[in-house]
Amino acid sequence: MSSAKKTAGSVFKNGLIVENPTLRMLLGMCPTLAVSTSAVNAVGMGLSATLVLILSNVVISLLRKMIPEKLRIPGYIVVIATFVTMTDLALHAFFPDIHKALGIFIPLIVVNCIILGRAEAFAGKNPVLLSAVDGLAMGLGFTSGLLILGMVREILGNGTFFGLQVLSASFPQVIVMILPAGAFITLGLTIAAANWIESRRKNA
Amino acid sequence: MSAEPMTVASMLTLLFSAIMINNVIFARFLGICPYLGVSNSIETATGMAMAVTFVMTLCAIVTWPIQRYILNPLHLEYLQTIVFILVIASLVQFVELFMRKYARGLFDALGIYLPLITTNCAVLGIAILCIKLNYNLVQSIIFSFASALGFGMALIIFAGIRERFEVTDIPGPMHGAAIGLITAGILAMAFTGFSGMVK
Repeated sequence: MSSAKKTAGSVFKNGLIVENPTLRMLLGMCPTLAVSTSAVNAVGMGLSATLVLILSNVVISLLRKMIPEKLRIPGYIVVIATFVTMTDLALHAFFPDIHKALGIFIPLIVVNCIILGRAEAFAGKNPVLLSAVDGLAMGLGFTSGLLILGMVREILGNGTFFGLQVLSASFPQVIVMILPAGAFITLGLTIAAANWIESRRKNA
Repeated sequence: MSAEPMTVASMLTLLFSAIMINNVIFARFLGICPYLGVSNSIETATGMAMAVTFVMTLCAIVTWPIQRYILNPLHLEYLQTIVFILVIASLVQFVELFMRKYARGLFDALGIYLPLITTNCAVLGIAILCIKLNYNLVQSIIFSFASALGFGMALIIFAGIRERFEVTDIPGPMHGAAIGLITAGILAMAFTGFSGMVK
C-alpha cells in the first residue's frame, strides 16, 4: 500500500478487504453494535455512512490545500457534520422507517471514527478521485461488516432475513442475539473469524 | 415529563436507571471505542472515567440551554448536530486550557484523556438524548452525570477483567478485541438482569 503507486483498484481493495473498517481496523464500533439487529437497519446505516464518507472525502480532498494544518480537525468536523445533517434530513424525508430505527445513531455518524479517520489518513493527502474511491470502498467495507452482523443476528434472533421468514416457526428464536449481549458476542466471534482467515492467508 | 414535579424519588430513579439499566455501554452502545481502547489497565480506565464524567456533565449544562434558548426559538433544530459537536470540541479544548493553567494536578491526571473525549460518541450521544427525551435542565444534568458514572463503572469492571487476559492462554485469533467483545457480551448479559426493575 505504501510503496506501490496508489491506483483506484488497490485503494478499493484496501478499503473493502485489507483494511476493512469493521473487521480489521475496529473502527465505528458503536453503530455496528447498535443497529445490526436486522439486515435492513444494517444496510441503511452502512449506506448512510458510505454517502457521508464519499461526500466528505471529496470535499476535504478539494479543500486540502486551503485548510491550515492547525485548524484541520475542526474544519473536517464541520464538513462531516454538514453532510451528516443533510443525510439525516434526506433519510427523514424518504425513509422514515429506517430513520426511526436508526434514531440517534444518524447524528452520531459525525463522531464515527471511520469518517474522521479517512479524512485525516487519506482525503487530506490524496487527489479527489482517489479520495472518492477510498470513501466508497471504506463505506462498502463498513456496510459489509454491518451486513454480516445484521444477517446473523436477524436470522438467529428473529428467524427472518430482510423481513422474510427463513427459519420455520418451530425453530427456537435465540432472543439473546437481538439483545445487546448478542451484538457483542457475534461481533467478537466475527472478528476472531476474520483474524483466523487472515492468519491462514499469511501462512499459505 | 418536564411538567411533572421533581421529587427526590424520581431523581434517584433516573440516576439508577441511567447507571444500571440503560447503561451507556451495555444497553445504548455509546462510547465503545474508548471502552475497548483505554481499558488496558484499571489506572487508565479510572482516569478516562473521571475525565468523561467531568466533560459529560459540563456538556449537559452547556448544550441544554443552547438548544432551549437559541436553537428552538430560532427554529434551527436542524443545526443541532453541527452546533453540539462544535460546542463539545471547543468545550473540551477550553477545559484542557483551563485545567493546565489553574488545576495543574487535575490536568496531569486527566490531561491525556481529554482530547480523546471529543470523538467519544457517548458525549454527543447523551447530549442529544437529553433533548430527545425532553428532559429539563436538572434532569439532563442528573442523566448525563449518571450515564457517565455508568460508563466509568463499565470501563473499570472491564479493565479489571482485561488485566487477567495477560496471564490467560487465549487461542491465537481470539486475541485482543475478539475476546474483549465476547467478555463485554457476557457482562452485557449480566446487566440485562437489571432491566425491568424500573418502570
